[in-house]
Amino acid sequence: MLSRLRNPWPDHRAERMLGAVALFACLCVLAMIALVAQRAWPIFAHNGLSWLGSGGSLKAQIETMLATSAHPPASAFYFRAWPIIYGTLLITALAVLLALPLSVLSAVFIVELAPLRMRRVTVRVVRLLASVPSVVWGLIGILVLVPFFDNHIISPSERTSVEGTVQLTGAGLAPAVLVLAVMITPIMVALTCDALGAVPPAWREGAAALGVNRMRAIRAVTLRAVRPAIVAATVLATARALGEAIVISMVSGSNFFAPRPSDGLTFLFEPLRSLASTIVDYHEGTSAPALSAALYACALLLLFSAFALSVGGYLIKLPMRKYQTRG
Amino acid sequence: MSEFQQLSQAPPPSTRGTRPRAHTLRAHTPHADDPPEHATLSTSPFGTDHVPPVRTIVLDRPPEPVRPPEQREALRPVAGAAGPERLRLEDVSVSYGGASTLGRRGANAVRSVSLSIHQGEVLALIGPSGCGKTTLLRTLNRLTELTPGARRGGQILLDGEDVHDLEDTALRARVAMVFQQPNPFPMSIFDNVAFALREQSRRRPRRPELEPLVVDALRRAGLYDEVADDLHRPALRLSGGQQQRLCIARAIAPRPEVLLMDEPCSALDPISTGVIEELIHELRRDLAVVIVTHNLAQARRVADKVAFMYLGDLVEYGTADQVFEEPRAPRTRDYVRGAFG
Amino acid sequence: MSTLVSHPISAADRSGIGPRRGRGSSMRTWRWSDRLLLLAAWAAGLTLCAIAAAIVLYMGYRGIQYLSPELIFSRPQASLTQAGSGGFLDPLLGTMLLTVIGVAIAAPLAICSALWIVEYGRPNWLARVVESGIEIVAGTPDIVIAFFGLAIFQLHLLSFASETAEGGGVTGRSFLAAGAMMSLIALPPIFVTVRDGLQTVPSHMREAAFALGKTRIATIRRVLLPGVRSNIATGVTLGVSRIIADTAIVIVLLGSTLRISPQPGGAPVLGVLKGLGSTLTSYIYENSPAGEGGAPQKAYAAAFVLMLFVLALNLVVERISRAQARSSGFVTAVEGIV
Repeated sequence: MLSRLRNPWPDHRAERMLGAVALFACLCVLAMIALVAQRAWPIFAHNGLSWLGSGGSLKAQIETMLATSAHPPASAFYFRAWPIIYGTLLITALAVLLALPLSVLSAVFIVELAPLRMRRVTVRVVRLLASVPSVVWGLIGILVLVPFFDNHIISPSERTSVEGTVQLTGAGLAPAVLVLAVMITPIMVALTCDALGAVPPAWREGAAALGVNRMRAIRAVTLRAVRPAIVAATVLATARALGEAIVISMVSGSNFFAPRPSDGLTFLFEPLRSLASTIVDYHEGTSAPALSAALYACALLLLFSAFALSVGGYLIKLPMRKYQTRG
Repeated sequence: MSEFQQLSQAPPPSTRGTRPRAHTLRAHTPHADDPPEHATLSTSPFGTDHVPPVRTIVLDRPPEPVRPPEQREALRPVAGAAGPERLRLEDVSVSYGGASTLGRRGANAVRSVSLSIHQGEVLALIGPSGCGKTTLLRTLNRLTELTPGARRGGQILLDGEDVHDLEDTALRARVAMVFQQPNPFPMSIFDNVAFALREQSRRRPRRPELEPLVVDALRRAGLYDEVADDLHRPALRLSGGQQQRLCIARAIAPRPEVLLMDEPCSALDPISTGVIEELIHELRRDLAVVIVTHNLAQARRVADKVAFMYLGDLVEYGTADQVFEEPRAPRTRDYVRGAFG
Repeated sequence: MSTLVSHPISAADRSGIGPRRGRGSSMRTWRWSDRLLLLAAWAAGLTLCAIAAAIVLYMGYRGIQYLSPELIFSRPQASLTQAGSGGFLDPLLGTMLLTVIGVAIAAPLAICSALWIVEYGRPNWLARVVESGIEIVAGTPDIVIAFFGLAIFQLHLLSFASETAEGGGVTGRSFLAAGAMMSLIALPPIFVTVRDGLQTVPSHMREAAFALGKTRIATIRRVLLPGVRSNIATGVTLGVSRIIADTAIVIVLLGSTLRISPQPGGAPVLGVLKGLGSTLTSYIYENSPAGEGGAPQKAYAAAFVLMLFVLALNLVVERISRAQARSSGFVTAVEGIV
């Protein structure tokens, strides 16, 4: 009997067991899609796909939903989420646009230009920053950046210019974009630094031996070689920015308002909301069925956009593979 | 087209890498080097009446032995065709800094070398591993500066100008280098060869200006016929020998004056090696070629002048005939005869 | 005539040889775009360093200003004044409890999945599906995972995990629910590091074990798992740092009660697991102007403590990967370029 205890399972049984465990993650994904879609279904049933568009005051719609109880009337499900979709796109796009050149250039600086001691310290600090919790970023934003904008940047004339529609409190698009950009930069820098360090030294030597100056060699050979890694880092950072709920909830002013570029510079200071921050702000209202359906619809949208993002990143990297294969 | 280029095109793609298959008895295609058939019968030790049948295993591709040295004589020109002096080394020493680990002699990788390199000649640097020949080669285009802590003494004159006073990018435009492992960039063949042309110039040249130069470089490197159908193929998909020829084309595209080669054939198979040696033979008309090799037979085949280095010192320097046939230093004699190294 | 060169010790030898570098390429010959790139790289690098230094210094300053030992060890109390509202011991314990639950669920799952993918992985399409699944989980926003947790734990099937209110509605909020979702957060880092570690184990180790007659599963247990011990440690540490940094799941699935409130009328441990509480992250959120209380000092202090944890975890990861690289000669992805 002892021998039976000592002998481990036969291979095929072990394989099946391990395989079953491995499928757990896939089951979670499927369950996630299924449950979220099921909870979000009422919104689709009552609005079709036009809930993605605009119409009416989103604030009023949410408040109606909040007030519903067990069996709400069909009118309570009226939902037009465009302001928060627009807010999400705006914040994400601006943050990534700001963070991408900063990250790539900083990575080039750290790997190629910085003196050795500085490089060691900077890499460590970057890795530390990449693991800072988002609530701490939000804290710095709301306690430092927002008052700064409120007291020093926004001028009275700008306040009066939008007085009728919205109140400028310092929390708005600009601080949200800044905090988000600074939050996703360390992730991209860390990934790009790793990729730059993995470029074969044979290519650098070859470029140097061909009489090409340093920056030109970096541009023409090294940066070209790490293009797939930069794409991967950008996709990761965009996914992070897209789903960031806490920072936006703390720093963006939490107003169902769609900032208008036609307002000129004031556009940067207008408050807004994103899909994720809406979900977090109203999470206690899930006992109201209409609101719960609306929130799950937003969650479904976020889920699909994260998925689409990684597929998009894969498609962008595909043509780059052609020249990277080492035969 | 030389025999070697014919050879490199001989095998059809399907037979590359396949193991030889035994065929049933079949008369094999007669080959110039095979002994005549009757010879086997008459020299059989069992007498002429009991002779086992000649059974031949025919490969899909007849094996191509590397030709013995005597047949290579025809490739080397008559000595004395050397052109103007391109590089002159005077008392050059190189060290990699740090504390001396070799005792009193110091940690110098190269000690006090003086040489002269002419256009039209191939100079081979030979010597056992670690003797400093690669370091000396890399000093010629100041590539040792990429290593922190490298120091150089003495003078290197390129066409009379001190290499130290030239800008390093200008120097490397005139003194090109090919490395041991082929290192084509992750771009197309065209972009690889055009790389130096594009990046060395102030103003970015346009495609129609580059095309003839790229084609010319590929022709001179002996690669054009193989890649002419699609110059935009990724360079990394070429075979090892083709990649090395691509690197040579890339190096000679900007028309340098000196070509430095650091064991260019050590990672290649004998056929590709032969192709490249033939190429060196052609290239030296326009360039001065310095080749580092640890393969004495290759040095014999290819070189006009030979410099033998040992532990950083230049032990002997002269024409290939003299160093190989009548070496003066005992150490050279030992090395050349294969006693060490 | 070949020249025979003798090798006296030259003057250069004795005095140390000459200049290190010749003339570099003058920037006059560079194109405008090169100069711009150089300038931009320096500017970006210095900006990043300045921002990083500012954040680290500012958080350190504020933290030291507001942190005191009594804050860490006293329990929070509902109170109208700052002085009476106590410290954050409960949130601290909440963070630790969630971490333990999350890692306890995630680590075995991740290790088994990594083992299956690397050692077996048949059929091929299934392996790819599993890897894609884990990638999707890694890329999902944490708020979506939180709501998924809500949806799952509000099913009557799983009502044992949390409280059931009168009227039959399952709240779906408890330490167990939050911990289960935290395991989804921690799963991808552990999986990726263990999988990479298993892939770098040289095949001759496996072949030697097979040659001795061991089955695959025995090889895994005796040879491979001990070999990737440091990878497992690294992965778990990365997973832990992701768990303690997460706020959205905590806010949604744990409520933000001040104290750990076990479910009444049950076994002590199970009661806590089924009950509500808070963590450092939700404590910070609630004490900031975005939440209820206007107690920025407490928020700064808690944030400082959280950052210390993160710093400690980062140092642990660095130490493990350095020790591993030294002992085995493999370079892990975590080590990067330093």
